[in-house]
Amino acid sequence: MRAAAGPLLVQGNGTKAGMLRPVQAAETLSTARLSGITLYAPNELVMSAKAGTPLKEVEAALAEKGQQMIGEPPHIHGEGQTIGGIFATNFSGPRRVTGGAMRDHILGVRAVNGSGEAQNFGGRVLKNVTGLDVAKFLTGSFGTLAVMTEVTFKVLPKAEATGTIVIRGLDPALGVKCMAAGLGSPYSVSGAAYVPERKAVFLRIEEFAASVKYRTEKLAGELARFGAAEILDTAASLALWADIRDCRPLAAGAATWRVTVAPSAAPAILRLAESAGLAGFLDWGGGLIWLSGEATEAAHQAVTGAARAHGGVWWLMSGPDSLRAAVDVVPKEAPALAAISARVKERFDPKGIFNPGKMRAA
Amino acid sequence: MEQPAPKPEIVARRAEILAGLKAILPDEAVIGDAISLKPYETDGLTAYRQVPLAVVLPATEAEVVAVVKFCHLHGVRMIPRGAGTSLSGGALPLADAVVVGMMRMNEILEINYEDRYAVVQPGVTNIAITQAVEDEKFFYAPDPSSQLACMIGGNVSMNSGGAHCLKYGVTANNLLGLRLVTVEGEVLEIGGKHMDAAGYDWLGLITGSEGQLGIVTEVTVRILRSPEGQRAMLAGFASNEVAGACVDAIISSGIIPVALEFMDKPAIHACEAFAHAGYPLEAEAMLIIEVEGSEAEQTDMLGRIREICEGFGPISMVVSESAEQSAAIWKGRKGAFGAIGRISPDYLCMDGTIPTSQLPAVLRRMSAMSEEYGLKVANIFHAGDGNLHPLIMFDANDPVSFHKAEAFGADILKLCVEVGGCLTGEHGVGIEKRDLMTAQFSPSELDQMRGIKSAFDPGWLLNPSKVFPLSEHAPA
Repeated sequence: MRAAAGPLLVQGNGTKAGMLRPVQAAETLSTARLSGITLYAPNELVMSAKAGTPLKEVEAALAEKGQQMIGEPPHIHGEGQTIGGIFATNFSGPRRVTGGAMRDHILGVRAVNGSGEAQNFGGRVLKNVTGLDVAKFLTGSFGTLAVMTEVTFKVLPKAEATGTIVIRGLDPALGVKCMAAGLGSPYSVSGAAYVPERKAVFLRIEEFAASVKYRTEKLAGELARFGAAEILDTAASLALWADIRDCRPLAAGAATWRVTVAPSAAPAILRLAESAGLAGFLDWGGGLIWLSGEATEAAHQAVTGAARAHGGVWWLMSGPDSLRAAVDVVPKEAPALAAISARVKERFDPKGIFNPGKMRAA
Repeated sequence: MEQPAPKPEIVARRAEILAGLKAILPDEAVIGDAISLKPYETDGLTAYRQVPLAVVLPATEAEVVAVVKFCHLHGVRMIPRGAGTSLSGGALPLADAVVVGMMRMNEILEINYEDRYAVVQPGVTNIAITQAVEDEKFFYAPDPSSQLACMIGGNVSMNSGGAHCLKYGVTANNLLGLRLVTVEGEVLEIGGKHMDAAGYDWLGLITGSEGQLGIVTEVTVRILRSPEGQRAMLAGFASNEVAGACVDAIISSGIIPVALEFMDKPAIHACEAFAHAGYPLEAEAMLIIEVEGSEAEQTDMLGRIREICEGFGPISMVVSESAEQSAAIWKGRKGAFGAIGRISPDYLCMDGTIPTSQLPAVLRRMSAMSEEYGLKVANIFHAGDGNLHPLIMFDANDPVSFHKAEAFGADILKLCVEVGGCLTGEHGVGIEKRDLMTAQFSPSELDQMRGIKSAFDPGWLLNPSKVFPLSEHAPA
């Protein structure tokens, strides 16, 4: 890094290179060979792994002890996904709605800053407010501040059983109301998705088997006003939620977006997007809207306009380089924050060599 | 405790500064007389005191902006303050600083059950949020022991935890957005009503930044539906080791109780004398375990936990039969600091976190230190997440005793770092632990954090002399 003459493309295996903006860099700094789980204490709910450790290796090690990653990262980027990439992009799946995102479970990060200094922030304990929370700040920073070399994160036991309530025949407005009722129930719903194509709401409960039975039945009763519920068993539920996690309800499109918003605004955003020729589905109770459609600036403006009108934010998750380079792939920062942001970036990466332009055009 | 020298040019201009503040705020919102300033000289860490230059009590964000712009223009240091319950001296004034007290901004602005959030001003107390939504059976999850008094603005600044964060997380995990007044008086909108940041996680960075980056003027918190019910149980054990092993066994079994608290013998005795909760006085260590769910689920879960506890030869086990009995069990734990106060006039409450497997070894070392220093220590511990609260008892009228207590506390925190833990789990660094930061962070790491501070506050006017070692203090 000290020797770097110019911009570096910072990545693991580069499976998420298609997210946000393309990076123009002559050289690549890959963490793919920094691989291996360095600490796993199931009784302390903590794991550390070098940044290039494959996600599947992490998940297999956890599964062996009956545990899992809380943030349920999507598997949409193939076999090569690394744990560093998952945290660098703060990429979470359905359980995020009540269980929290990757950024909520990061405990510590080892990283090298733009001056080539190896640093260690946070730690390996579950509660830590010592100094500024740099580990959290680096999570989701897309490799633009420092190169993560190792992450330490909280894990939890896998539930003994999983159940799903399916209620069909709902339009998006009723679907979101139904999800709000489920998430506002005392039964610890851990997933809440709506698929417009199937006009169906899916609500997940992960608990001990007896509790799953009790809670799905109680919840189905309380949601009877939305329609009759079908209850899926563990095997069917696991398959369904893997599909939702991996965006299979999303129609293929030349470009895809994520929008997050207050859930009650989701139906309006879906309507605006559909009128612009886009298709989508809802996760996180409506708080997350996945959209796909044509890779045009008009489509992008439809997404960002709808998000902005309802106090939401967006990410351009995939699309051709030409589109990704031309538009605001995430919202701009207000001028006062942008000034601070530039100074913070400069403190981490004084030469501006890490993933230049990844989030926003220079 | 060493403090930076007051800027003589500021102290000399005190009358002018007071007049300037009175020109932008109502008269009653500016405090300058010695008697009225006195209550602001300290916070929850009463060992340190310093009367500030002045106190202002803005009632609106516009008033905060006006005060900050004035102070920035004149180079006056500012100390943001909520209820003043910080146990790390986070709100300790400086002689040349203006305390910006946020308690008059105490309105709940919006509650939305459908989208499950509440928008509140920083001076709203932690408990008031839950009280405002409990009729609809919702609650705000983080529950620091000071929740009757402490304010959400302070909770954000310190990233407060509580007894139930094993399940529900700390403040940072329960926020959606906030408004922050920068040192230049700009208002930043961070986050909103949606989840996740598109761009840098400013919300995560600002939460727990101890007033170093700006003054919080509005907070959007997530509110959660309350469980159907909850019930607690007690289990007493013959040694700290056995109790620690039992904690391990519970977590390893796949059960995550909503709370899992550990008390050692001195803490058990102090709390029982205060709360009459039926704590086992003959036990060396005790666990309070709480579960949630329907009656049947509680019974099932407590049955599983009981079975695990039985494998460790408990001296006693009491499963609460009623909400009243559960409340009594918690009364002892939540009143622990007051209870220690009854047996020792003064105590220092430490706040390190350790890997939970290190618990028996750390308690053994601590008990040896207690003998060496000749000071008693009682331990209360969030066992599930490894957050340790040793209460060191001393006599504040005896300077030798106080210095010993400080040294003892520092040794405990260094031990926490040595075994893989950290200096503070939920109380913050404040003034108390700033000089210990070098035990946990390298110069490069501290510089990186200072760089972030400087990016927000180039002149180091916001809550200076906290968090970072004083010797290293220098505005960029």
